[in-house]
Formats: sequence, structure tokens, C-alpha cells
Amino acid sequence: MGVWREAALVVGKDLRIESRSRVAISQIVPFGLIVILLFAFALDPDRGILARVAPGLFWIAVLLAALLAIGRAFATEEQHRARDGLRLAGLDGGAIFLGKAAAIAVELLVLEVILGAGVVLLYDVNVHGIGILILTALAATIGLAATGTLYGVLAAGLRLRETLLPLLLLPVLAPVMLGATRAFEDGLEGAPGDAWPWVALLGIFAVLYTAIGVLAFGPLWEET
Amino acid sequence: MPLVVRLRSAVCLLGRFPALAGVDLDVEPGEVVLLAGPNGAGKTTLLRLIAGLVPLYSGEAAVFGVDLAVDRRGARRGLALVGHETFCYDDLTVRENLRFMARAGGGQAADADPVIARLGLGAVADLTHAKLSAGQRRRLALGAALVRDPRLLLLDEPHAGLDADGREVLHEIVAAAPAEGRTVLMASHELELARELATREVRVDSGRATAVSPRGALT
Repeated sequence: MGVWREAALVVGKDLRIESRSRVAISQIVPFGLIVILLFAFALDPDRGILARVAPGLFWIAVLLAALLAIGRAFATEEQHRARDGLRLAGLDGGAIFLGKAAAIAVELLVLEVILGAGVVLLYDVNVHGIGILILTALAATIGLAATGTLYGVLAAGLRLRETLLPLLLLPVLAPVMLGATRAFEDGLEGAPGDAWPWVALLGIFAVLYTAIGVLAFGPLWEET
Repeated sequence: MPLVVRLRSAVCLLGRFPALAGVDLDVEPGEVVLLAGPNGAGKTTLLRLIAGLVPLYSGEAAVFGVDLAVDRRGARRGLALVGHETFCYDDLTVRENLRFMARAGGGQAADADPVIARLGLGAVADLTHAKLSAGQRRRLALGAALVRDPRLLLLDEPHAGLDADGREVLHEIVAAAPAEGRTVLMASHELELARELATREVRVDSGRATAVSPRGALT
């Protein structure tokens, strides 16, 4: 079986588990919505501020919810040592990485659509430059998912993984936060041309971490 | 005929503790080898070493002639392990778990159907793993191993949690293994039951293995 077919098998399995357990819909999405709601309460006196900082608040909410999604993606592998079953099946490490990262990316994209709608409604944001926003979201999501999957497997075998994962991951994701926030700001201000360097940064980050993940995930999956 | 398992002075560490302290073991094709020994003797670690799930610290270990120190993934290709856990997913049904395992092992989803029938899991095939009883989970674990049609079947306490019907199914599977081209290595505390099936017994104690009966003595 080729790498792409193995990756498709893993992504299908992970998405089926998420759709059956409904953890993403019943816990991760509400968590993200609560975060943006809390920002709205905190900055309510001046709704102008909310609209101006909306891109940053949106990506912070996505990032925090993504930590839950990434943790969940590896928790299912630890239950009943399902991870040993995957190892025994002889699937390629790179394929497992691509499959798990793709499943996380799909979940994050759904989350971003819902949180985006919440931000528009709660923060009174006027949406411009929809094309650059979509492109930014795609590049940032791939970067988030790839990095999260790589660091997720690093933390997976550790006793303190729940607290260690954010500590490892958040500093590494700083460029994604910066690039996605700036690109969204430029897009929403009607200056999509200014957003291209940030989108390029996000694209490079996504390609880099996807390549590192394909190469490094297998040995980490075996040893952790 | 090449050995299925060949261990020479195999040492395996769990942390700094030598769980296996120099094991020598040869297993030939078609054998049903019983690993007996007290709790903490190293039986589970020995099976996990052969399955390539824990690393070899020193010595030599090969499965189907593939060196575990060099290519653990390659050595695993023809084997399956039934461990203490099921290696399955709570939110997938019995059928979905087995179909996934079959496809992940390079087979077809349809390979799951005869395994479901053989293990008597038809009535619960559409229940999720989370809703299964302990005995049904043990059968599913056995199914997850068999669905990949392994040439080497590693069984860790296979009788645990099985009712009388389940034990009958297990015995049928182990008894049929040599005729199906399978070699079996099982660790068990249910010695009377396991000896009915085994062709040879090896005692594991303090991380070392000692032959109790010569090859074929228990048949």
C-alpha cells in the first residue's frame, strides 16, 4: 500500500472517530466560542477596539482550541494502546503523520469557519478580501496541523503530556500567529497586496514542518 | 527451514532495569511455544521485544531472519500480537476496527468478515469497542491479530477474561495454527490449559529463559 493510501486510511479513521465521539463539536468548538465570547466581554466598552484586534483574538482562539484537538488526536492512540496496533500493522511513519495532520487540519478548518462567523457577529467586523483570508487560513491551518502533529507525538509517550504539549508547541507556533494575524489584518483592511509576504511566510512554515514531519515522525512514533 | 525467532543473549531494558537479562531462544516454524513463569519474570517484555515494540539493548534478535536491531518495522510484517490491551479504538465498531486493521496490514476490508464469524463476534459486530464486555474485547483483540493472517502469533495471557466459549474459540485457533502455517508463542499463567495446546514449554524467570521441555515433548 502506498504512502498516500495509508495516509487516507489514517485520516478516514481519525475523522470517523471524531464524528462518532463528537468531542470536536461538543467540546472543542464550544471552547473556542467561549474564548472569543470572553474577549468580547473583556473589551466590550469600546467595540472599535474589538474590531481592530479581531484577527489576533481569532487566531488566539483557534490556537487554544487547536491544542485540544491535537491532544485529542493522540489521546485516542493511547487508549487501549491503539498506537501499538498501528505500529504492528507496519504503516509508514510518514503516512501516519500525513493522515493525522490532515484529520487535525480538517477539524481546524471547520472550527475556523464557526469561530469566524462568531467573530463577525460578536466583534462587528466587516469582511473584505475573502480570497486572501481563505488562503491565509489554509496555509496557517496546514502549518498548525503539521507542527501540532509533530510535537504531539513527541509529547505522546510522556506522563506529563497534557501540560508539556502547550509549552513545547506555543513558542514554535509564534510565526504562524504573527503571519496569520497580519495577513488577516491586511485582508480585512482591504489591502490584500500587503498580505502576500505574510501568506508566503505561512506557506514556507507549512511546507517546512510538513517535510520535517514526514521525515521525523516515524522514528519518533517508534521510540516515544 | 529458517527460524521464526532467534534470540542470542538478548537484553532489554525498561528504564535502567534489565527486564530481559540475556535470553537465548529459537522457535521453529509450526511450533506452539508456551512461556511460563511468575509475574514480572519478563514474559510480556519478551513478547514485545519479538514484536518490535521495545528496543533491543544488546545481544541479537531476529524474526523471520530480519534483524530487530536494524529493521523493527520489517521484522513485524508477518507477526501479530495479542496483548493485555485490544489495540483498538473505543469509538469504532468491532467491524470498523477489524476492517481498519485488515487494510492497515495491507489486506482488504472484506478480510474482517470471516474473522468476525470465526470468533463469534457477529452479534456485536456493529457495537463500538466502548460498549463491549471484557470477554468480547478479548475476542476482538484476537480478531485484530488474526485479520492480518500472521505467520507468527504472539499471545500474552490469551485466556484472561475469556468465558468458556471464548476459550474454546481460542483453543480452536491455536490448535489449527500449525496447519494454517502459523507459529505461536504464548505467555500464560493458565498452565494446564496452555499445556494442552503447546508443543514446547520454556520457563522465563528473572529475565532469562530456560527450556523446560524439549521440542515436541508436549505434543
